[in-house]
Amino acid sequence: MFEAIAFYLFAFLTIVMFFITVTTAQALYALTSLAAGMIFISAFFFILGADFLGAVQIVVYSGAVMALYAFGMMFFDTTRDVKEKKGNSLIIFGLSTLAAFLVVVIFVAPMVTDNITAFYPIIEGVGNTQEVGVVLFTKYLIPFEVAAVMLLVAMVAGIVLAGKKMDLSLTEMSDAEIRDMREEKNKKVLS
Amino acid sequence: MEIGLNHYLVLSAILFAIGLIGVMRRKNLLMLFFATEILLNSVNISFAAISHYYGDLTGQMFAFFVIAIAASEVAVGLGLLIVWHKSHNNIDLEQMSTMRG
Amino acid sequence: MELFLYVALFSPLVGSLFAALFTAKPKTIITGIIPSTLLVVSFLSSSVLLGHVLSTGESVHVELMTWISTGHLHIPFGFVVDQVSVTMMMVVTIVSSVVHVYAIGYMDHDKGFNRFFAWLSAFVFSMLILVMSDNYAGLFIGWEGVGLCSWGLIGFWFHKESASWAANEAFIMNRIADLGMLIGIFLVYWNTGTLQYDGAFEAFKTLDNSTLTMIGIFLFIGAMGKSAQFPLHTWLADAMEGPTPVSALIHAATMVTAGVYLVVRSNELYSLIPDVGLFIASLGTFVAMFAASMALVNRDIKRVIAYSTLSQLGYMFAAAGLGAYWVALFHLMAHAFFKALLFLGAGNVMHAMDSELDPFKMGGLGKVMKGSMIMMTLASVALAGLFPLAGFFSKDVILEAAFAEHHFIIYTVLLLTAGLTAFYSFRIIALIFHGEERYKLFGFHPHEAYKFMLVAMSPLLILAVIAGAFRTTFFSMVEEILSATEYHIHSHVTFWMMTIGTQLFVILAIAYAYKKYMSRDIKLPDGTSDMENSFKYKLLINQYYIPYFYENYLVKPYRGLSKVFWKEIDQKVVDASVDGIAKVIYTTGDTTRAMQSGNLSTMLKWMVTGIVVLLSLAVVFGLAARHSDGLRVVLSGLGV
Repeated sequence: MFEAIAFYLFAFLTIVMFFITVTTAQALYALTSLAAGMIFISAFFFILGADFLGAVQIVVYSGAVMALYAFGMMFFDTTRDVKEKKGNSLIIFGLSTLAAFLVVVIFVAPMVTDNITAFYPIIEGVGNTQEVGVVLFTKYLIPFEVAAVMLLVAMVAGIVLAGKKMDLSLTEMSDAEIRDMREEKNKKVLS
Repeated sequence: MEIGLNHYLVLSAILFAIGLIGVMRRKNLLMLFFATEILLNSVNISFAAISHYYGDLTGQMFAFFVIAIAASEVAVGLGLLIVWHKSHNNIDLEQMSTMRG
Repeated sequence: MELFLYVALFSPLVGSLFAALFTAKPKTIITGIIPSTLLVVSFLSSSVLLGHVLSTGESVHVELMTWISTGHLHIPFGFVVDQVSVTMMMVVTIVSSVVHVYAIGYMDHDKGFNRFFAWLSAFVFSMLILVMSDNYAGLFIGWEGVGLCSWGLIGFWFHKESASWAANEAFIMNRIADLGMLIGIFLVYWNTGTLQYDGAFEAFKTLDNSTLTMIGIFLFIGAMGKSAQFPLHTWLADAMEGPTPVSALIHAATMVTAGVYLVVRSNELYSLIPDVGLFIASLGTFVAMFAASMALVNRDIKRVIAYSTLSQLGYMFAAAGLGAYWVALFHLMAHAFFKALLFLGAGNVMHAMDSELDPFKMGGLGKVMKGSMIMMTLASVALAGLFPLAGFFSKDVILEAAFAEHHFIIYTVLLLTAGLTAFYSFRIIALIFHGEERYKLFGFHPHEAYKFMLVAMSPLLILAVIAGAFRTTFFSMVEEILSATEYHIHSHVTFWMMTIGTQLFVILAIAYAYKKYMSRDIKLPDGTSDMENSFKYKLLINQYYIPYFYENYLVKPYRGLSKVFWKEIDQKVVDASVDGIAKVIYTTGDTTRAMQSGNLSTMLKWMVTGIVVLLSLAVVFGLAARHSDGLRVVLSGLGV
């Protein structure tokens, strides 16, 4: 009973939050609702007994990713709205619903009938974190390391891409300097 | 009222649909990134739920990797976004039409 | 012995390839000498093989490699040298060696000297494949190979409209006949399961008569094309557009006799179906008469000789059809020698007269061209069948065979034809070499050919004279595989009466020809004399109007039909559908180009659409796989 209440509550909250994210015009609202949605999702993980995953979800998404977005948004003029041309929303909703429905069909279909045996069964009486640790560092060690390298690469790439001309401060430069810089850049872009 | 796997899958599908709507509707690149996060998270829910109901940890493992990929994507994507914004002073999808054939 | 076989077979190929290397280069004498030398080598190897076959009576049989082996069809590149094929090999290699050496002189001033030898040697190679193959498929390769080389050589002077036309005519006529030949080969395989001669002949004995008749007729259609039998004969006279050595080698001595060879080779088949044999004999007799009549009036020495070839081929078919296969083969051999000699002599005359072919413009050439005159006269005597030259022995036996088999109509017609043969042969001899020197009126300065050309011709001369002496040897050799029937007229009196009668008849014909055409008042025909306006003359000079008939009633309607098909079917159906497909693709591209607007948002929408499509497919296939049993039941119920 408690599980059902929790599920429906969080499901409702998550859907609302994500819906706000995709519909609001304000970038800040979107960001906030997204972060909230992420935390609500972690609740599902806790309900499902994947404690470690839930913790990672909160740490990585709500902590790292959202912080990254927040910092990133400092570079943009978020107050200026990007004009959203409304396309044919019927097509958009139709396609999305159809895709979702098909995904459900595909996932549900074999599970109703087929008998799937677990490769790495969850052992009763052992903590989820411990189990995850064992599997991650035995069977999935190489993918894990590769993922680590990938993260490193991504980090370096992020720094290199975003970090160009970090030493320049538009606020401290005079208008003439800014104009010169812009022109130079335009030349570069045009060439 | 028992909450079964199908409940989670349906939830996941709903979130996935919301993500798709975001992907198709938003013209702001940053919002597009948010929508991708939603897509990834909806899949994560499925993984965790399947892992739980089948007593198999593989699903959780995949969820981990999905999170790792999402994190890298954000790092690189934001970097690119910043570069684009610096040179064009906007992050409007409609303006990005250099791929026109 | 196998080594000799390979040497005999492949040295012409080597010569051809060697000459082919130089085709784009200006004339070098070496391209004439090397192929000729290689042919002499081939001839010597053939002689060794002949000696082997003669002394041991065994045939040499080799299998070079497997050619086709699928399912039950097994066709090797197998070659057999037995009594029949060794005879053909000897004929081919002797005549071609002579012709090669002769051509070095004859083609002396021609720009295509190197090309000529490449084609000529390739022809010899194909011909050897034809005669040496031990199965119908290999025979067919050679058959097509000689056809191709014949095409290249008739159209050797391709810049002349008439030559390329004649080449195409010959090729297409042969193609029509080859269809019959192919059907015959297919029938052989269909009914016997093999194409090897041995196996097929063995299996023929168990087949019923109608099947054998079909096979025999279809194979004979192929032979009719290659040997220019009525009604596919028109190409042979037109083939005289080629250089004279080609006419001598291909259109007199070897290729055109391939049809006879086919019938002789398939003798075990034709022995089983005497009705078809009788048909062959009748057709041969008819052609003998028919061609000889056209030769009577023609005013082109090469065409006269071509018609005479046609006529002699008729004799061979008559003999083969009557079951006298060895006689046909013997006449083939003898004919090859004297006819090639005759052609080469005509080549000398042509050479002397700057390619002039009308004998009425010659006359009295005997004074300047003594050697050529002697050779051509002797060749004509042999052709006419006078004792003791080759023609007497071979032709006389054909007459005897016809008589002994009680086919008196055939006998009579062939006898008359012998007279005609003598008449037209000596008509041109008399016109060319004797009588008044009419050529002076036209400003020709004839001269004798090169010495070495005459020397090269001399082996043929000797053979044309003495070939008759081999008759007994030949008979005892081929009786191993051909039905050995000595044709004896039972009564000695009849025999002598026949022989002497024939000889007298022929001599009379010769004398008449000399009398008529040596007279001083022979003038260049100008279309005014009574004879030229008579119906008979018109009929003969126009080749019985058969070429006109073909042109007006076959070629023109066919061309019209082709035009209709081109305009109505090709353009409106085939082209239109091809264009339609292209147009559909083009329009699709044009309309869907909007998808590639470069707008990322649109692209994302399309991407999602693609995902939906793929997912639906996954669902559909998943369901289909799950319910495949049920689906199968439904489909089978629908009759799929």
